[in-house]
Formats: sequence, C-alpha cells, structure tokens
Amino acid sequence: MQIAMENGTIARTPPPPTLLAGRAAVPGKTKDARSRMDDNADGATAPDFAKKIEAVGARQDKQAFEVLFRHYGPRIRAFMLKRNADRQQAEELMQETMITVWKKAALFDPARGNASSWIFTIARNVRIDAYRKTNRPEFDPNDPAFVPDEVIPADEVVQMGQSAERVRSAMEVLPPEQLQLLKLAFYEEASHSAIAEKLNLPLGTVKSRIRLAFAKLRDALGERP
Amino acid sequence: MNISHHIGDELLLEYATGALSEGWSVAVATHLAMCPHCRARLAAMEATGAQLMEGIEPPPTTETDEMSWSLLSERIDTVDQETSGEKPIRYEPRKERTVPEPLYSYLGGNPDEIKWRSLGLGAYHFPVKLGDKSTSVRLLRIPAGKPVPEHGHGGRELTLVLSGSFSDANGRFGPGDFEETDDDIEHQPVADPGEDCICLAVTDAPLKFKSRIVRIIQPLLGI
Repeated sequence: MQIAMENGTIARTPPPPTLLAGRAAVPGKTKDARSRMDDNADGATAPDFAKKIEAVGARQDKQAFEVLFRHYGPRIRAFMLKRNADRQQAEELMQETMITVWKKAALFDPARGNASSWIFTIARNVRIDAYRKTNRPEFDPNDPAFVPDEVIPADEVVQMGQSAERVRSAMEVLPPEQLQLLKLAFYEEASHSAIAEKLNLPLGTVKSRIRLAFAKLRDALGERP
Repeated sequence: MNISHHIGDELLLEYATGALSEGWSVAVATHLAMCPHCRARLAAMEATGAQLMEGIEPPPTTETDEMSWSLLSERIDTVDQETSGEKPIRYEPRKERTVPEPLYSYLGGNPDEIKWRSLGLGAYHFPVKLGDKSTSVRLLRIPAGKPVPEHGHGGRELTLVLSGSFSDANGRFGPGDFEETDDDIEHQPVADPGEDCICLAVTDAPLKFKSRIVRIIQPLLGI
C-alpha cells in the first residue's frame, strides 16, 4: 500500500461496463448491480466508483454524482444511524457527507486509496464533527516536514487498486468474535475499553482480538512486514 | 528516519474509527506524519471501516431516497467545489520546520522557538493548549544523560521522540519512535548522552512525579 505516488498513473485492469449508468440507476436496479459486483469480487473488475468521483471532480458531472449517491447514500445514512442518531439527524449527516464528496471530489487521489475508503473517511469525519467539539488532528501530506512514502513498484500498486475486494474477502473469513468487535469499533466509534465493557470481556482479550484481526487483514492485503 | 517503535493496533484503530480524543490524536497523527509504515496500517484499517459501511444492508429504496436526491441535487447547484483542502495551511517556503503537522501548529513554531518553562534539574517543558480537557499534552526537554523525573501513571501515557533519544525498560527510543505505557507501570526513561531529548508526552491524568522536589512544585507548575 502507499499513500503518495510520484504520479497519478496506476496500472489498473480496465473498468467494467458501467453498472449503474447515470440516470438509468432507478430503484430496483441497485440490487442487480450489487450482485453482479459480488460475482466479480475476486478482483478482476468492480464498478468503478473511483471514476465517478473523478468525473465529479473534473467536470461537476451530476450523473456520476447520482450514481455515487444511489450506492453510498443509503449506506452512509445507515452508518450514521448506528451511533445514536435519529432518522432526521442521520439524513442530515448523510447529506453533509455527500455535499463534502461533491466539494472535495477534485482532491480524490485513487493512488492513495479506493473510493469506498475515501467516502468512509469523509463520513467518519462528518460524524466526529457532529458529536465532538474538539478537533481531530491530522497529518498533512503537503507539509514540508512530512516524511513521504517510498515509491512502490508498479505490481504492488495494482494490488492496491484491488484492495477493497481483498479486504472484503479477508473479512469474510474473520472469526465472528473478531468481526463483532470491528463492527462495534467502526459503527459505534467505541474505544477498546468501551468495547470491553459492552461485551463484558477483559481488556486484554479485546486488545488481542484487535491485533489478531488486523494481522489477518494485513496479511490478506499483502503488506510487507 | 529510522523508526523502530510504532503505534499499537488498538490505539491506531481508535484513531481510525474516530474514538480517540484530541490530545492522544496529536501524538498519533504526528507519528503518522513521520512514519509511512503506520500510514499504510491506518489505510488498511480505513479500508476495513469502509467495507463495514459498504456491508450495511440498507433498506430497499424508498421515497426517502428520492426526497434525499432531489434535495441533494438542488444543494450541489449552489455549492462551490474546492480545488484545495478545506483550510489549507500556508507553508512559507523559506521557513524550515523541524516538526511536522499537526504538532507544529499546536506549538506555534519549532521546538527551538517556543517558550520553555523550567521543571528544575535542567529539564524543561512546554504545555500545549487544546480544547480537549481530558488529556494533558506537553513537550519535554530532558538534558542529555539525565533521567526524566521518575513517575507512575494514572493511566495511559504516549511519548513521541522528536529529537535526541531516551532509553527505558522497553528499549531505546530515537526520533519518530512512539511509546505507549499504561496504568501502574513505573518506568525510568533516561535521555541518552550526547544530545538533549525533546519529546511529546500525552497523559490522561496529571503525572505523579515521585521525586520529592518535583512533587512539591508540581501544583505550581500545573503539570
């Protein structure tokens, strides 16, 4: 994996035919598209949401934005509902997230992560801002004191492009108790002590399950030790 | 930079999910700025969170979605897209920065430009102001070859070395290295000879210094 590439060019497999083509994405079709996506989940192809984000960024492409909304909107709303939000608030936070996607689309860099990761981090930050009065400090890759990544060989970059599918398939084989813990952490923003309390587990057990889960996921992503 | 002590999975996960409060996050994010290895690990965690969000089966498409979309499609007509970050930091090209963001902005300058306060015995500190009152964040400057005043913890303590190095029971910690200690661990960090050690220290409770002198002046220093 890498954060910053020397240039934006990535050797990717060709994108599949557009699955949720623009305005044709009517209710009911979404499901079809998803199951087709799952059929292709072993890495060769997947609907290219990254291209849609780039289209929004490059030319304010509203049709591409609608494709993103039809897929991510309901999921973001459901994600917001997981953490105490009422339906009204979840809707507002989802709208806020999608507006941010629209505004920041030109800043999306597929070399730095897949489309889902990018949208997830925006949703997470919107949620943090809504619940917390203090900042979430972040590093800045434009900072002259930032230590950049080594340049990654091209074949590993290809793997990075597939990482969403690879993470998903790795998660499918996680033991249920590890998956449950990750869900609590990400859905409810629970600290590991909060998780320990909620599941009535010793803190050490929670910590070791977290480490085991990520050891497996990183292994699946082919990260060099 | 040759970093050998990294952020643990449990702590990094809290940063990835958003559970970690501001004070701890200053240390985590500053280490991330210095450590490509931990950024790759963070990216893997965010990809995991993304797949968990993807995996939520939303209810079948409803009128709500149509209403959402009509509202959203109106709203985007009135907002401008950004071509740069939300509040981009302006970097002066001639100014050398010896610590990365986010720490630099919290300090308001490089460590050699801030107003250090004496802790006695040649040690100095600089408390960092932040909105999060549940933690205390400070820079420490320990003279070369001298121990950090011995202390136990009320809870978690994070230490990020910025320059110089120190050693304790867990090993040697040089620039960029990150140490997390917990609860009642008594450790005795000693700055290595040759160079003063400057590090960022975050605690969730006032440090309980054992040295009598430091304990007496602790309330006066507000640490």
